Formats: sequence, C-alpha cells, structure tokens
Amino acid sequence: MKVGILSGKGGTGKTTVSASLAAVVPSCQYIDCDVEEPNGAIFLKPELKEKSPVKVLVPEIDMTKCNFCGLCAKACQFNAIAVVKDKVLVFPEICHHCGACKIACPNDAILEVERTIGVVEANEDGTFLQGKLDVGEPISIPIINELKKHIKEDRFVILDCPPGASCAVVNSIEGCDYCVLIAEPTPFGLHDIKIAVQLVKNMGIPFGVVLNKASNDNRSIHHFCQSEGIEILMAIPFSKEIAEGYSKGILPVEINDLWNEKFKKLYEKIEGGAHK
Amino acid sequence: MKQIVFISGKGGTGKSTLVSSLSLLVQNKMLADCDVEAPNLHILLQGEILKKRDFFGAKEAVIDSSACIKCGLCRKTCRFDAISEEFEIKPMKCEGCGACTLVCPQNAIKLEEVKTGETYVSNTSRGTFSHALLDIGAEGSGRLVTEVRKNVNAYKKDEEWLLIDGSPGIGCVVIASITGTDAVVVVSEPTKSGQSDLERVLGVAKHFGVPAFVCINKYNLNLKVTSEIEEYCENNGYPVIGKIPFEPSIVKALQEFKTPIEAGNKVITNEIKNLWARLVDEVENLKKA
Amino acid sequence: MLVAISSKGNSMECMMDPRFGRAEYFIIADTDTMEFEVVENAAAVAGGGAGITSGQLMIDKDVQAVITGNIGPNAMSVLAAANIEIYRGVSASVKENVEKLNKGLLEEISKTVPPHSGING
Repeated sequence: MKVGILSGKGGTGKTTVSASLAAVVPSCQYIDCDVEEPNGAIFLKPELKEKSPVKVLVPEIDMTKCNFCGLCAKACQFNAIAVVKDKVLVFPEICHHCGACKIACPNDAILEVERTIGVVEANEDGTFLQGKLDVGEPISIPIINELKKHIKEDRFVILDCPPGASCAVVNSIEGCDYCVLIAEPTPFGLHDIKIAVQLVKNMGIPFGVVLNKASNDNRSIHHFCQSEGIEILMAIPFSKEIAEGYSKGILPVEINDLWNEKFKKLYEKIEGGAHK
Repeated sequence: MKQIVFISGKGGTGKSTLVSSLSLLVQNKMLADCDVEAPNLHILLQGEILKKRDFFGAKEAVIDSSACIKCGLCRKTCRFDAISEEFEIKPMKCEGCGACTLVCPQNAIKLEEVKTGETYVSNTSRGTFSHALLDIGAEGSGRLVTEVRKNVNAYKKDEEWLLIDGSPGIGCVVIASITGTDAVVVVSEPTKSGQSDLERVLGVAKHFGVPAFVCINKYNLNLKVTSEIEEYCENNGYPVIGKIPFEPSIVKALQEFKTPIEAGNKVITNEIKNLWARLVDEVENLKKA
Repeated sequence: MLVAISSKGNSMECMMDPRFGRAEYFIIADTDTMEFEVVENAAAVAGGGAGITSGQLMIDKDVQAVITGNIGPNAMSVLAAANIEIYRGVSASVKENVEKLNKGLLEEISKTVPPHSGING
C-alpha cells in the first residue's frame, strides 16, 4: 500500500515522521518526493548507488524545413518560442514539454530532443529513492512522475511529499491509499492543516493527522479534528531532545525504544485506516 | 522603495515570525506575503481587507461534449494524463498547453481561463499589506506571486521599505519572489537539512544577482552546525547578520498570536533590532558600491 | 527612428518602468516627430516567458530601439536576433528618456541580468 505524508507547509515534521516510519516498518520503500529540498537521506543515510538523470522532451527546429510562419510560437502557451524574421529561438527552461509546437508546425520542422532537469537517485535494492530538481529549473512534476514509476506495489510505500498544497503535492499523493497529515498546534499550523485537509478530501483519499510539537497549552488542532471527525493518529510532544536530535540528523526512533513502539503503532493505525 | 525579501529554502524556520516582528520595528513600510500556497503573515497582522480579487492564473482545456466524437486523439496527445476515459478534463492535471485543441478534428476543445486563487490588499496597523491565497491543488503560484508584487506597486505611497515574506523552496515561486528585490535574507536553522537547504537557496539568490544575507534562527539548538553555517557563509561572502536563540517562550507567545517583541522578550527583541540595523547598513553600502 | 520605452503608464509623462518583460505598457515613439502609440503589454501577467513575448511584440511593431531598465537574457536574445538596439533608461519620464536618447546620453546595454537557468546545485 502507498501512504503519502504531507503538511500544509514545510518544517512541520513531515520528514521526521516519514523517515521514522521507514525506520520501523520492515521491508518498506521510502520515496522522497520533495524534489526541491530532499531531506530524507540525511536521516536514513542510504548508500545511493543508482543515479539516473530525468529527461524531458524539448523542441529543436530543423532550419532546412522551417519557413518562419510563426505557428509554433503562437501555439506555445508558455511563450517558450519566438520567431524573429529568419530565426527561431527556443527557450528550453520554460518549455512544459507538451509537444504542442510539433503538432502546430505545418512543415514537420520540429524535432524533440532530450534535456535533463534533475536526477533520481536510489540505493541498491530500490527501497530508498529521492529526486533532485536542478537549481533554477522551475518544473518539478516530471521528476515526481519518474520517482513514482519505481514504486514497488507489493510493499508498504512511504511518499514524503513536497510542502504546501500545490500541483506537485497532488501529483505525489495521486493513487495513494492513505495520507498522513502533519500538523503543529500554532495559529499558523491550524491554518495550514485546514488547507491540507481540503486537498485530501477533494482527492477522496482516507487520512489521519499526526500532531507534532504537541503541548497541553494549545489544543486548537484537537478541537478542529474533533469537530471534523478526523482521527489523530499520534501526538509527538514538543521536546528539546527531539529538536536537538533532528538538528544532528538523528530520528526520535533512534533516541529510545519508546518512540520505536509509538511509530510501530502509527504504522498499524495507517494499515487499519487504509483498509476501512 | 527598497525591497527586502525573507526566504528560507523550506518552511518552518521562523520566517513569518521574523517578518512580523520587523513589522513592529521598521517604520514607513509596506508588507507582502509571497508564500501564496500557505500564507501565514495575515494571521499575525490581522488587517482589514480593502480589496479582494479573483485571480485567473491559468488556462485549462474544456471539451464541448456535444461536439466530441470520442475519437481519442486528445487522450493520445496529452502528455499529462489529463483527459479521462470518459473524455472529461481532470482539472488538477491539465497544464493548459493546448496540444489537445490542436489535434481535435471536431474543434471541440478550447482553452479557458480558470480561477487559481485570490489576491488581497489589506489595511493593517503596521502598513498596507499585499497577500494572496492559491486555490488548493492549483497551478501557477509564480504568477500569483507576481500579482502580489504588482499590487504593492498599485497601492504604494511613499513608503521607504517593503518587507516580503518569501515563498519556500527553490522553484519558480521563489524566483518570482526574489527577482528585482534589493536584498535577500535567508532565514536558516542549524540543522543538517537546514544547512543543505541554505546552500541551495543561496545558489538561487546568487544566480539572480540579488545580494544575500543570512540569519540563523534557533542557533543554540546545535552550535556545531551553527559554526559550520557561519564558516560556509564567511567563505562564500554571505554576511551573517543575525543569530536568534531558541526560546520556548517564542513558541508559547506564537500560540497567543504574539510576536516575541509583543511578548516582551528583551533578548530576542534586541537581536532583531540589531539584525535590522545591520541590514540597513549593508543595503546602504550596496547603494554606494 | 521608432523607439519603444517600457512605461508605468499610458502617456509620455509617465515614469519609465525599469522592467522590460513585465512592464505594464510600452510607449512606441517616433524620435523625430515625438508622435507616439501606447501598447498595453499583455505579457505583464504571463505565467512565464514574459520577456520573450515582449520581445516578439517589439519585432511585430517594427521598432529599432528599446529603452528600459533591466532586461532579462531571454528578451535580450530575442531583441538581439532582430538587431534591435537596447538602451538603459534613467529613472525619469518616458519623454525625458527619449530626449536623452536623441542627445546620445543613454548607454547601450550589452550585458543582462542572469538567466533563469544553467547552474546546478
């Protein structure tokens, strides 16, 4: 089964929860879909052996066939082509790889060539995967799609999602059997979790909430979940020990057995929640 | 107007808290929140919305089912798997590229503008505030950020500063929040992940030729990583303009919607004051250079 | 000569817009007669590629020179391909910028702000 771990925004503990689950669930697969800032490797310390570039198709003009009619530039919704008198300029960085220009060209003058925008890395047995978007590249979806091609359907698959509720998150959790939403009990956190809840509801995926940095002083997330009928799967209290561990790349499950047990319980609840 | 944008590589480093603290200290300024996916600054500023507008930031294909003959060419052409077997557009997957409109023999598909979010201009006790909210799962956050910055121009009077709460990540949204600003302040944490995020996001600032400064938040959580970050910044020419200690009282104050300044935390207030003074100096020096 | 100036408004008295691709308007002026045409820049709100579209607009309008503040590399390559000259304007009205150009007081831009791509992290 596939579980997406997400939150309204970054820094709430998505990676802590994802990596802890990966550490306690036997023979699971961990996929870091946060391709702008992949952090899971810092905690799980995999030996990355496989590296394959992620390539997209961008247009190249065959100047012997082009008659500068400009239809390709007109067809491109992303303004990635300009036709200037007797030259055609292609701007591959803003190309969305849709192929519309090739269809629009009446002279068959457009070829498509490969262009690398990032990389997918994996350990030897493919149980750890991460994608990395090259700096300055604006489009992350092709990398997420490439990562998802490597999903081992027979395993418990953990997808550590990008922050926010953007199209990159939608692509990451599409097809998931269950989602875990991480929330912090602050005014910000409450606002962010509402957005994340809306997203998974729109997509019709069952979900539960993990409360991070929980304290007794603020029960706003509890109240919200209660009124919405959302299950709180686990609460991780605010603790300097965990924060310091995190800063060194150490997971709570490595600090003591108690956390090991708690994350195993979380795993059971996720299994249960997905099969309801 | 001098524009200062605060970014972090990823969320949760205390960017919004810092910006809202500065909004109490800096006079004669405007504010903007460019984190359009999960905006937070408005929660602390609690302004009154002056103007709200729907934002049509993307195009989406629309199939006229009465003209459609279900030939399947559009499905075959679409590279984003955005057309269902029943020939309906999946809104969250359509990129609005229009390739399907070109192949349809019936001319049954058109691109239409779709609403992707809302923009707001608010009146707050700390200055005019431009912000926005991207619709859930929508695309085109970069354009929405551009719109937030455009609203700043439309509503500015003669403010001296613009404080921008930037977007997380290193992708197109960040690019849209930092282009054309006078300085970038990267708010970082002394964590293993924070360190690698910092280096990536500084790469983006450098790439766009915007001078970058670093503030290390919660620096005392890991003094070793803090000194590694300082060393990295020193070697690469990024001034560290502030180090803010971790204090449980900040978390508590935030839960009551208060910045550390309003909560009366002297140490942190002083540190933020110093940070701003240093930044003003640095920006002045840049102007002279 | 026809020159296009990126502008914040729709008249010769308006301030030059330092942005090229995302300028709100272009004022296309004849430097001999000072007659002008106002063109709203549709690319100001484009998702991406604003500079490219604005560059294409300059070509369609057959201008020989552009006055602006900062010009991105994409727009620059479009204008360069069409042999359109680019001048760095001053923070003043559109009219003053045209007058300065006539007197040969504006510097020609050959360098750009860095492009959106090409580095690896």
